[in-house]
Amino acid sequence: MTDRKERIEALNRAVAERILVLDGAMGTMIQGYELDEAGYRGKRFADLKQEVRGNNDLLNLSQAKIIGEIYGTYLEAGADIIATNTFNSNEPSQSDYSLEDLVPELNREGARLAREAADAATERDPSRPRWVAGAIGPTNRTASISPDVNNPGFRNTSFEALREAYGVAARGLIEGGVDIILVETIFDTLTAKAALFAVEELFDEMGERLPIMVSCTITDLSGRNLSGQTPEAFWNSIRHVRPFSVGLNCAFGAEQLRPYVAELARVADTNVCAYPNAGLPNEFGEYDEQPETTSGFLHEWAESGLVNILGGCCGTTPAHISAIAEAVKGLPPREIPTLPVRLRLSGLEPFELSA
Amino acid sequence: MTKGIFINIGERTNVTGSAKFKKLILEGDYETALDVARQQVENGAQIIDVNMDEGMLDSEEAMVTFLNLIAAEPDISRVPIMIDSSKWSVIEAGLRCIQGKGIVNSISLKEGEEKFVEQAKRVFRYGAAVVVMAFDEKGQADTADRKVEICERSYKILTEKVGFPPEDIIFDPNIFAVATGIEEHNNYANDFIEATRRIRENLPHCHVSGGVSNVSFSFRGNNAVREAMHSAFLYHAIQAGMDMGIVNAGQLAIYEDIPEELRDAVEDVILNRRDDATERLLDIAQKYHGDGIQQEVDLSWREAPVNKRLEHALVNGIADFVEEDTEEARQQAERPLHVIEGPLMDGMNVVGDLFGSGKMFLPQVVKSARVMKKAVAYLLPYIEAEKQEGDKNDKAGKVVMAAVKGDVHDIGKNIVGVVLQCNNYEVIDLGVMVPTAKILEVAKAEKADMIGLSGLITPSLDEMCYVAKEMERQGFELPLLIGGATTSRVHTAVKIEPNYHGPVVYVTDASRAVGVAGSLLSPAQRTNYVANIRDEYEKLRKDRMGQKPATPRNPIDTARANKSVIEWTGYQPPRPSFLGLKPFEDYDLAELVDRIDWKPFFQTWELSGRFPDILDDPTVGEAARGLYDDARAMLKRIVDEKLFRARAVVGFWPANQVGDDDIEIYADDDRSEVLTTLHTLRQQMGRDKSRANRALADFIAPRETGIADYIGGFVVTAGEGVDELAKSYDRQNDDYNSILAKALGDRLAEAFAERMHERVRKEFWGYAADEDLDNEALIAEKYQGIRPAPGYPACPDHTEKRTLFDLLQAEANTGVELTESFAMWPAAAVSGLYFSHPESRYFGVGKIERDQVEDYAARKGWSIEECERWLAPNLNYNPDQLGQDRAA
Repeated sequence: MTDRKERIEALNRAVAERILVLDGAMGTMIQGYELDEAGYRGKRFADLKQEVRGNNDLLNLSQAKIIGEIYGTYLEAGADIIATNTFNSNEPSQSDYSLEDLVPELNREGARLAREAADAATERDPSRPRWVAGAIGPTNRTASISPDVNNPGFRNTSFEALREAYGVAARGLIEGGVDIILVETIFDTLTAKAALFAVEELFDEMGERLPIMVSCTITDLSGRNLSGQTPEAFWNSIRHVRPFSVGLNCAFGAEQLRPYVAELARVADTNVCAYPNAGLPNEFGEYDEQPETTSGFLHEWAESGLVNILGGCCGTTPAHISAIAEAVKGLPPREIPTLPVRLRLSGLEPFELSA
Repeated sequence: MTKGIFINIGERTNVTGSAKFKKLILEGDYETALDVARQQVENGAQIIDVNMDEGMLDSEEAMVTFLNLIAAEPDISRVPIMIDSSKWSVIEAGLRCIQGKGIVNSISLKEGEEKFVEQAKRVFRYGAAVVVMAFDEKGQADTADRKVEICERSYKILTEKVGFPPEDIIFDPNIFAVATGIEEHNNYANDFIEATRRIRENLPHCHVSGGVSNVSFSFRGNNAVREAMHSAFLYHAIQAGMDMGIVNAGQLAIYEDIPEELRDAVEDVILNRRDDATERLLDIAQKYHGDGIQQEVDLSWREAPVNKRLEHALVNGIADFVEEDTEEARQQAERPLHVIEGPLMDGMNVVGDLFGSGKMFLPQVVKSARVMKKAVAYLLPYIEAEKQEGDKNDKAGKVVMAAVKGDVHDIGKNIVGVVLQCNNYEVIDLGVMVPTAKILEVAKAEKADMIGLSGLITPSLDEMCYVAKEMERQGFELPLLIGGATTSRVHTAVKIEPNYHGPVVYVTDASRAVGVAGSLLSPAQRTNYVANIRDEYEKLRKDRMGQKPATPRNPIDTARANKSVIEWTGYQPPRPSFLGLKPFEDYDLAELVDRIDWKPFFQTWELSGRFPDILDDPTVGEAARGLYDDARAMLKRIVDEKLFRARAVVGFWPANQVGDDDIEIYADDDRSEVLTTLHTLRQQMGRDKSRANRALADFIAPRETGIADYIGGFVVTAGEGVDELAKSYDRQNDDYNSILAKALGDRLAEAFAERMHERVRKEFWGYAADEDLDNEALIAEKYQGIRPAPGYPACPDHTEKRTLFDLLQAEANTGVELTESFAMWPAAAVSGLYFSHPESRYFGVGKIERDQVEDYAARKGWSIEECERWLAPNLNYNPDQLGQDRAA
């Protein structure tokens, strides 16, 4: 197998040539297996005292085969990049299950299984290499929002605590063989900055850099993330890591997400990546947007030159991914704009000092 | 949206730039502090500068608290934040709080390239832009060449070594004051403008910023000239490429609107166009200042009629001719009393008006009072001799003043007394440590019109409540005035006023005293005034009751679990050169004079500003210079004639931390005999892992580590002789010099404490033998180890002084005694503990919860109530309310 450096070079070549396709929802796929508590535990955790049903990341260890299958299904459907099943594989989230000690292993195994699946797919068709993005989620804490409405200055975590937690997670992912670090579903930019800080430190330590994908989540129709930033302000906040891509995922369907994708496409001098939900949830909390509908929207984005990487988030299935891959085939990727060199800052809103 | 070409940075949220903001932060009033930030943004600030560099603050904590609060205010946090501090730790703490891309202000090559690179890398990693000061290992750049040289070097390092984006670099090439009278300063503005031009031309994409108000520093007080200078400076600097800056938008004239004569003169100065530019600007400055006070340097005023001569003597505080002028006036007057009522009061009215309108300052007023007193003293025998039936006391009013029982500081109270006297009040000053019974007895006997109480230390607050209760019990109706460093409007409203049905008024400072007294005694105003004050206090009480419950603190066990992280393993505490006591019987005063920190001295006189800049301040400079000259002359006398005696005792003992928060002190190195135990209080504020809940005990090795640690203690005083000298002036009706003598006693005691601490570090404990710091660095506390004093924020329990004094046998060794409120007497004294650990630092205990109060009471052998009384200002709950709740 080629080493990481070569894979990254191939990734850079590929993204310049075509729109790359990400995978779809992991949770939706796992639900299909209808695992009960015993299923989540598998053999290894049969004797755990606490309940672990719903801890999808634990399946990397207890049901490796299922996770491998899901990765394989998405690759077959046409995903160029698969994201690891490690969204909650961090100390704050796993401590809900008292499983924080497993964090390094969860990340390593989640990455290793994806690596195996991706390498197998590449081997089947070497003309179309596949990549693994190590997913890093937002944790269940927030660095810049108080959980106590009566005490707005209070925080239940800190930049330092998050940075440490993310450092452990990222190390596991890289050891497990990922090609890309994907910091995703960012509803608080400060939390994301702690993750990026940890990742950069790790790169320094390794003497090697991986491409970073950064993906923010817009949580309300005024077009801001939960901590209040607009997409452009968000971009200004994280541009210093020179990410491989910046983008948006989750919370909205493609229809609602479009204006914000367009905003990023205008201001970001890097690849733009978007993976919306399968529409908005219906009254039962289910996503019922059909694959052709989703891919129809994304086809328009591609034609309008808004995106470089596309995929799906909550509610999307291999059928959605397959439809998306089909819909954007042959369409050119968005051209990365050259922006004037200016001091760009941000609060909740962007600030630009004209020359 | 793309912004304009010059970005104005809001500076009202800067404790070093805004006295108001500083006060709010020091008082912990973050809510109002947020309003300040909000207003700035509403008024168009595109970036806000946040600075918490203040010696009395835990700057890191204040920065974090404020930024976290801002994050919850979308109308503020919509703009980028400039994190402004001279301390890297504060900057980094701030960077960890902001989600946006902010600006760090500032880093520089001051401490060498290695540190610069390290800090720049981290700034970049946190995703911020950076202000780089034109400062290198050799110092701050003043000439254009130096500025450009340092900025070019910084730029090269940043862009080539660090990989910092050039567009994120903002140079601050130092704006310095011009027209200072020092020739080398004349080209400073020009140097900045020239440097800006070259920086913007040669260093692609970077920016130039600066603090504009510095340039006009020497014209403080003359806003018209200052505004013109800022405007002209910016006009030229912006043309040269300055694209950001800190400017008070309220202090900016419109360039075209500046009168041509002024604009020319100002530009001559800014651009250094002619050698006599400063003189010419000074000449015309007065014209734009309005009616400035002309200073007479000759004796031509002696030729004026006697009434005018007396007025002049009063306004200018000249006592030299006052007796002969008073005599002349007496001969012309029908009755001696008419001299007082006529020319003397007329003169004092002029003084009062000038003071009231901010054209005279306290030291000058106190000097005026001295002239007045001398004149009155001269007239008294004549008045007595011809006293007539029916002469009424036509004084404005009679005020009984006292520093309450247990309190010894009276400088502020004396100044208030003088100001009242200047305004024709009769003041009966009972001095210091006055029991309540005595105050009320005198007030009754003298038929006083009001009572004024003063207090400097926290236990006095309780004593004042007691005075109010006693006034109520004894059926008084008189107004009660409350003042002094430890008092506050809120405390007066919430704690004192409810005890007494008569008027109770908090007086902020000496300048307000006359207005308050006048309103209270004016038949026309009194009713309204009293009603307004009552409403105001009622509202304060209500606000306080209605306030959100105090931020809950961590349980004491949680706080203890988060104590200061100190790695004791492998740490070898330095052993002092001796154990036991070392008294100093008569310390050389001359050695202390150079160590005086003058800033608090000027503050005593309500003159604020940095020393020595304050001497050249256009507004208060004249008053400050006069005061400083007098102080220097008196100091010389004190030293030459040995008028004060400086005594001290220093001690060191083996010590270990026990039970987390206590420090056991042992008789000797065996550590088997416990001499005594010091009790410390622990911070209970909500903390994350990165910051500890500190107690002083943290800085001493725990007993179980088996490490032989030590602690020191001291009492120093320069107080012997102060009272005698002050009284000798009192006898001559010379309040000015009396107050001056006391203020100098205080300064010498503080200087003594500083000097002794230095010797402890270098010789007696000797852990920092190589330390080499100048006075400024000493004042800024840039050394290893601390000397916290009981009663101050790190150990707010005043009663710990008793333990310290016993250990040091301080009464016998220094003559300093403790009052029942644990104030030191004589007042010119400082005491405290010495800690040597490099991690030891000053902090504020802040508010504590009842669980710690219970624990502390048990450790001290107190009842809970006793404990709550001594720690009243630090309670995070209202013990009265708790009591009610419990009773209910």
